[in-house]
Formats: sequence, structure tokens, C-alpha cells
Amino acid sequence: MSETIGRDEVIYVAKLARLDLTEEETTLFAAQLSSVIDHVAALRRLDTTGVRPTSHPLELSNVLREDVVVPSLDRDVVLASAPATEDGKFKVPSILGEAP
Amino acid sequence: MSAIEIATAVRAGEQSARSAVEGALRAIREGDGALHAFLLVTEESALERADALDAAIARGEDPGSLAGVPIALKDNLCTIGVPTTCSSQILAGWIPPYNATVVAKLTAAGAIAVGKTNLDEFAMGSSTENSAFGPTRNPWALDRVPGGSSGGSAAAVAAGFVPLAVGSDTGGSIRQPASLCGVVGVKPTYGLVSRYGLIAFASSLDQIGPFAVSVADAALLLEVLAGHDRLDSTSIDRPAPKLVESLEEGISGLRVGVIDDFLTDASTATRRAVGDAASALSAAGALVDHVAIPALLDGLASYYVIAPAEASSNLSRYDGVRYGLRVDADDVEQMNSKTRAAGFGAEVKRRIMLGTFALSAGYYDAYYAQAQRVRTLISEAFARAYSDFDVLIGPTTPGVAFRFGEKSDPLAMYLSDLYTIPSNLAGHPAMSVPFALGEDQLPVGVQILAPALREVVMFRVAAVLESAAPIGVGAPIGLPESVAR
Repeated sequence: MSETIGRDEVIYVAKLARLDLTEEETTLFAAQLSSVIDHVAALRRLDTTGVRPTSHPLELSNVLREDVVVPSLDRDVVLASAPATEDGKFKVPSILGEAP
Repeated sequence: MSAIEIATAVRAGEQSARSAVEGALRAIREGDGALHAFLLVTEESALERADALDAAIARGEDPGSLAGVPIALKDNLCTIGVPTTCSSQILAGWIPPYNATVVAKLTAAGAIAVGKTNLDEFAMGSSTENSAFGPTRNPWALDRVPGGSSGGSAAAVAAGFVPLAVGSDTGGSIRQPASLCGVVGVKPTYGLVSRYGLIAFASSLDQIGPFAVSVADAALLLEVLAGHDRLDSTSIDRPAPKLVESLEEGISGLRVGVIDDFLTDASTATRRAVGDAASALSAAGALVDHVAIPALLDGLASYYVIAPAEASSNLSRYDGVRYGLRVDADDVEQMNSKTRAAGFGAEVKRRIMLGTFALSAGYYDAYYAQAQRVRTLISEAFARAYSDFDVLIGPTTPGVAFRFGEKSDPLAMYLSDLYTIPSNLAGHPAMSVPFALGEDQLPVGVQILAPALREVVMFRVAAVLESAAPIGVGAPIGLPESVAR
């Protein structure tokens, strides 16, 4: 069984992953990802009928705490790490375009 | 000196913490130009901490079980006020506003952090060649990799800069570099050590653990690192294991299985080392037999779906908004995409792409869900083996340290982790103990695998292997003159 991932698929996945790839990266990743996917596709030959998927190695249940206010990081300390801030908030470029 | 020797001398007032720390800083200054184990040396704060500790001892206070011991921290552990980069340009300049729980625990135990060590970017790699700040060299041979991703921590201990270091292990990132650098490296049971403040790679697999020059030092460090933490919801709520006190109890009657499936693709010297280790355990009274667990070899394919899938989700937080790099653009999606393109290196991009692909519509069940079902098969195969054996042994990695550039094909690099990955998938503890010199007189580690929360038995086996090892642990012979102590 041979699996391949083409340039079009690399471009689509890169858009989902918010990665602005160069032409060279797109070509290189198409070849390298095909090679890795071809290897991991061996999984599909294994019989897993009736096998429960493991999402986590521990049997975990929700951890709840008392709903009380405790100190958290100071707003100024957190905002000090941000690339851009304004009025005590993170600042980003426009999310929506101009109104028509 | 070992960590235990330093802590004993400092606690008894026979040596100052300052002199111990000054010794480590001097060794780093003289030797790390050749190795590049450290991304940052925190000389000033280390000396301040040492002086404060010496003052506390003078006042009669208990300085902790690791009093005055210099320690190196992998640079994916958050340190308050000290840059933490994950060896990535995307976090360049970021200064964490809080400490990882393990950093706080080490401070409380009297250990003194002397710096942050190099790693493959976001812990993705097996050689440190994926660091955005240049690779670390192996102290045994400067043309070889130290392994990875925790290569800087392994090299710092192997070179004698520090007796202890902390790393993280998602698919072998502590054990494989420990094997390649001839030091002890431990991946504890999933949930034994809090991961609060460990920058996430693959959350169902990541675990923090020790590097040390000896089994006893590793045991002492793990006792400090382990224990419940309410800040980590995956932290196991039970007391930390007592490891040091039972190290010398021996292994008489213990059932040890040698995993045959791990020997097929291992180098000649690696196979010989595992055979010699089995003989040594048998001579010490263990009941040694061979076992076939072929399902474990399916772990690699399962891992290279699950880990990238989780990574693609975890690394979505690097979007140029709250911290780290931003590349400006006209709209927010362009800003996100250009920032991530500029900030991430090639391997991180590959893994994000692979994970995004495996989680995307149309492929989710064929890849991601199937990999999770195979993960279950691996846990079941381990459970069957552990009905016949108390511990399992095998090689840590297929061969000795490889040369820079030797594994330029991503898949060839991934195969370095073939024998370490199954324990991460199952959440079990495993450790590498330096045992022999292999090809080109480079160190070979033997891996000990145990069921969940059976660290006490695993360490007893490690202590026997250490005492039987033909190479002296803690005395890495073959260090080049330029970095020799």
C-alpha cells in the first residue's frame, strides 16, 4: 500500500495549520510527508476490530476545585510578554474586513 | 563529585554551596565553548542562591536533600524571570512569568540551577540538530550528536559540568541522549512528575525526568521531582516513591524478560551489551528469560500519528498574539501564518503538518483513531508480558551516537526512538543505564522497562547493572582533552 500526499494537499493542510509555506517547502514537504505517511499507513493493516482507542495512558476523571477566588498572574505581567497591547488588552490586526 | 557527595558535604557544612556552584560555572566556562550544551548560563542568580543557601545553613536551617547541588534545566521548563526558548525563534525573547512546579521543587530542595540547556526545537528530534540556536556536541566525540531532544542536558552531565540535569521524554528524549552520552536517564510513570510549566509537545506522552552520573543520584533527584501537584490535572495523587532507601535490596528471584524484538535491528555491540546485562542480572539472582512482544514495534507508527496530532493542537497557541514573535500583516490570519512560518523550524513545521493531516476530515479515523487503537494493543501486549515478568530489558536505542547530518531523512531519524516509544504510549516508566562501550568506543545504554508506578523495582535493577557495568558510570572515559575535567 503506497500513500502519497500531493502539493495541493500540502497547500490545503498548511492553510488549516496557519503556516505560510514557501514554494520550496511545499515541494519538500510533499515528498517527506508522503514518506512518513507511507510508513504510518502500516497501521491500517493491523486488525483492531473491537479495540477501544486509548486517548490517554491514565484512567482520569475530572479534577474539581472549590469555586473560590485565588490570586492569579497580574495583568501587567502577562501583557509585558505580548508583541502589541492597547488599553490593557492584546492588540491584533483587523479580524473582519471593512463594512460593505 | 556525585550529587549525593555534594549534598552530604554541603549539609554537613564541610563544603559551601558557593564553592560547589563556582566549580560548575568554571567547568562550563572552560568546556562549553566546544559542546554548546547550554543556551544560557545563569551565573549571577546561581551565585546569589548559593550564598543565600550558605547563610541558611549557617543559621541552622535544613537546606534540603539537594543542598548546593548544581543542576541544569532543559530549556522547555519555565523559569520565572529567565528566558525560556524551547530552542525556537518563535519564543525568542519570551520571559516566563512563573516557574514550572519542578523548578520550584528543586529550589525548595536546595538545588541550584546554573542554566538552561539546548534541545531540538519544541523537543522534536533525536540529535539537537533541530535547535534554532545550533546543535550540541557529544562530549565523547565532538563530531557526533548527543542524542535528543534533551541533548544539552545529557551532554552537560556527561561532560562533568553538573552532576544532575532535568529533561523531558515524549518518545525517548531523556533515555536516548542518556544512552548516547553514557549517563543515567529516567522517564518516570506518566503522572508521577508534575508537568505544570513544561511547555507542551504531546500531552498524553510528555513526562519530566532526571539525568545523573549515577543511579543513586537519579533516584535522589526523582524523589524530589515526583509527587502530586494540583496545578497538573494529570498528576497522580499519591506520595512520591522512596527510591534511594531500597536501591541496594538486590534482585534475587526477580523475573526479567529480555525483549527479543528490540535486538533484531540493534548494532552488534548493542546486542552484546544487552546479552552481557542479562548475564549480570542472572548472576545477581534474577530469573532471566527471553520474550517476544512484536506489537511493541508497531509503536513507532502509532507514535508518529499521535504525537504530531497532539503537537499540532498544542502549538496552535503560537499565533503572534500573546507572547513571542509576531510578523505583522494586514489581517489576523495573515499575521498568524507569517508569524508561524518565520518562527518555526523545518521539523516543527513537518510535525504540525503531519498532525493536522492526520486530524483532518477524511483521514481522522484511518490515521488518528487507528493509531489510538494500536496504542491500546501495545498496552495490552505489555500487560501480557508483565504477567510473566517483573521488568523487561533491551537496548535503549539501536546504535551508538551518530554523526551530524548522518540522519537527514526524517524517517531515519524517527527510527532512533523505536525502542523507547512503547513506554511513552503505555505511560510506563523506563530508564537507560550506561553499560558498555560499543562501536568506536562510544557508550551503549541498556534500557529497563517496568509497569506503571514500579520505579522502585526498576531502580533496583539499575543499581545491579551499574555495579556490573564494564564502564564506570560517572567517569566518562574518552572525553576529549578540550573538555576533560
